[in-house]
Amino acid sequence: MASLDLEVAAREVKFRDPNLARQLASQIARHTAEIGRSPVSVMHVCGSHEQAIAKWGLRASFPKDLNVIMGPGCPVCITDMPEVDEGVALARQGVVIATYGDMVKVPGTVLSLSDAQAEGAEIHVVYSAEQAVALARRTSKEVVFFATGFETTAVATAAVVRGPLPPNFSVLSAHKYIPPVMEIVAEMPDTRVEGFLAAGHAATITGWGVFEAFVERHRIPVVVAGFEPLDILAGLARLVELIRDRTPRVVNMFPRCVTRAGNLRAQEELWSVFRPVGGRWRGIAHVPNGNLRLREEWARVDARRRFPIDLTGLWDYAPPTLAASCICGDIMSGIASPKDCALFGRECVPDTPVGACMVSSEGTCKIWHQYGGIPDLGGTL
Amino acid sequence: MKITTVLEERVTLKQGAGGRAMRALIEDVFLKEMPAPPDAVQGIGAEAMDDGAALWLGDRYLVVTTDSHVVHPVFFPGGDIGRLSVSGTVNDLAMMGATEVLALTCAAVIEEGFPRADLERIQASIRDTCREAGAAIVTGDTKVMGKGEIDGIVLNTTGLGLTERVVPDSGLAVGDRILVTGSMGDHGLAIMAARHALELEGELASDVAPINGLIRSALAAADGAIVAMKDPTRGGLSSALHEMAEKSRVGILLEEPAIPVTSAVRAAGDLLGIDPLHVANEGKAVLGVRAGSAERVLEALRAHPLGRDAAIVGTCIAERPGSVILDTGFGRRLLAEPEGEPLPRIC
Repeated sequence: MASLDLEVAAREVKFRDPNLARQLASQIARHTAEIGRSPVSVMHVCGSHEQAIAKWGLRASFPKDLNVIMGPGCPVCITDMPEVDEGVALARQGVVIATYGDMVKVPGTVLSLSDAQAEGAEIHVVYSAEQAVALARRTSKEVVFFATGFETTAVATAAVVRGPLPPNFSVLSAHKYIPPVMEIVAEMPDTRVEGFLAAGHAATITGWGVFEAFVERHRIPVVVAGFEPLDILAGLARLVELIRDRTPRVVNMFPRCVTRAGNLRAQEELWSVFRPVGGRWRGIAHVPNGNLRLREEWARVDARRRFPIDLTGLWDYAPPTLAASCICGDIMSGIASPKDCALFGRECVPDTPVGACMVSSEGTCKIWHQYGGIPDLGGTL
Repeated sequence: MKITTVLEERVTLKQGAGGRAMRALIEDVFLKEMPAPPDAVQGIGAEAMDDGAALWLGDRYLVVTTDSHVVHPVFFPGGDIGRLSVSGTVNDLAMMGATEVLALTCAAVIEEGFPRADLERIQASIRDTCREAGAAIVTGDTKVMGKGEIDGIVLNTTGLGLTERVVPDSGLAVGDRILVTGSMGDHGLAIMAARHALELEGELASDVAPINGLIRSALAAADGAIVAMKDPTRGGLSSALHEMAEKSRVGILLEEPAIPVTSAVRAAGDLLGIDPLHVANEGKAVLGVRAGSAERVLEALRAHPLGRDAAIVGTCIAERPGSVILDTGFGRRLLAEPEGEPLPRIC
């Protein structure tokens, strides 16, 4: 069978064609076999990729020698406990917290925002940064937008910060920036990642060019892929092809949305409001330049400068004991999967999550649970 | 922890959402130490947790079912609470095999201040739907509660019907085919789009309708080959199939590409991150049919205006009893059983 011209196919495919999927799957299997090593490990860094893989049952079509690892692709999951603690402390100080729904149940060191709410703190779920501003306009109380997400959502926060704001509005930024963490994961001894599948939507902002320096430094290929089942299969096919040929470079398999330069206006807004600083990602490591914090000139809307945040009051509580058995950190750095966890699907379920990966709709545990708990039924039932 | 205790001491929304949590609540609380019916009464009772009860009268069964209806908004694209409350009960009777409605009752609990014009609109809808179903309301009850003591309006309907053969939801055997009578997810996504004021309402409409006529034609064509029926209301097709698979002790293999879903529902589901197989239908049924008769039943369904999009979507298998396996066309995975109301995706 002739190989598909993958980059042409990426422009022209119908995205949910099972016949084409079978062709791509056999192409992935062929390229993987040609590499002649086992396992070949590649990593995606996006919860939406895991969503699509699980939803369409794609793991069943991956060859057994190809290990598709879930990386730190969930912005809510990698929000570090002290960052959650800051939100909880502010809420307990009487500030109104507006945040994305996924954040509410994420455990801090001892309490989540949801626990704080049960104690009487005022927490509002918003669907956008604009809604948080609208909330501030309706009240005279101080409203803090506890902002999370990668560069995609950070751009939306930046746009709001640059716009007209009521005086009682400020931002507690827990935004994260993906490219630096790929450097960390590439160097982790336990993961042995040989290629990255990069998130198409983040690359619409940053452009695929952002990965060129990374590829140069680490000699690991990066393929930018979209989120339909065929986007992912075609992206993986191209990635194993690059590994087979030992030709590390960046390939854009999401050309209908992503350009080399990306969205320049969005980048300008992003970097005019935020600066990258180092910080811990939960379960991963200290990530240099991995956290986005408000620049000096936006100090007046920066909750960290506007309020004293007292974390000591939180330490009167004992942390939940189950949390000690949680392996979210290993799952997010790609060295374990939910099936390695003793709590998964038993003590830890979406209603009563133990770890952050079971809270967020982008978390690996939540995704696996949502799609039946077993990622790969294979050819057998 | 404190929060867990609160959840255990109080009833949660999840326990009303039609899934496993609700069945557990019914077993743990409502069925506990209830007196059994007198010996003279034979048939299917509450312990079966089927769509209704079936009481043996000596020559046929009297089927009884009851349902309370609350919906936000009260008027939604494709229907309203009046049409919903008649259809829901008529369909539950039909799912037990009683496609001729002997009688309905209707009780209304109304909040003080509810607009009279809205009430009249609901009554007209009840009347029209009764005509469609060939049903009549023979008695009823009206209560008005103070402002804030109830949210708008609650309607309860009870239905009575007769049948010579009861079709349970537990009669599946290995090899049986699974049929759906039309597209999945229309009601749930229409309601959700209306509730969240999504701009895509135009093409989305609830499928709410009485389908006793449709089921009557299917049963007539099947000649005893329809062995299980259920209406996929709360929790959608997924919940209905899980319950059927569990009670019948078979696995169900679903072919996702064969499941009818309209493009509007598919688009709204993708946008909101909600699986159309997890949300309610109010004018559809899932049928388990002996393999040799599946095509004949399909033809009978498609000949009826409410069954034009009917399809054979799956097969009962011996592997993984109680589970539902989805073949997406790309691979196979388990279909999760929905728990609680599905919420739109946030990020």
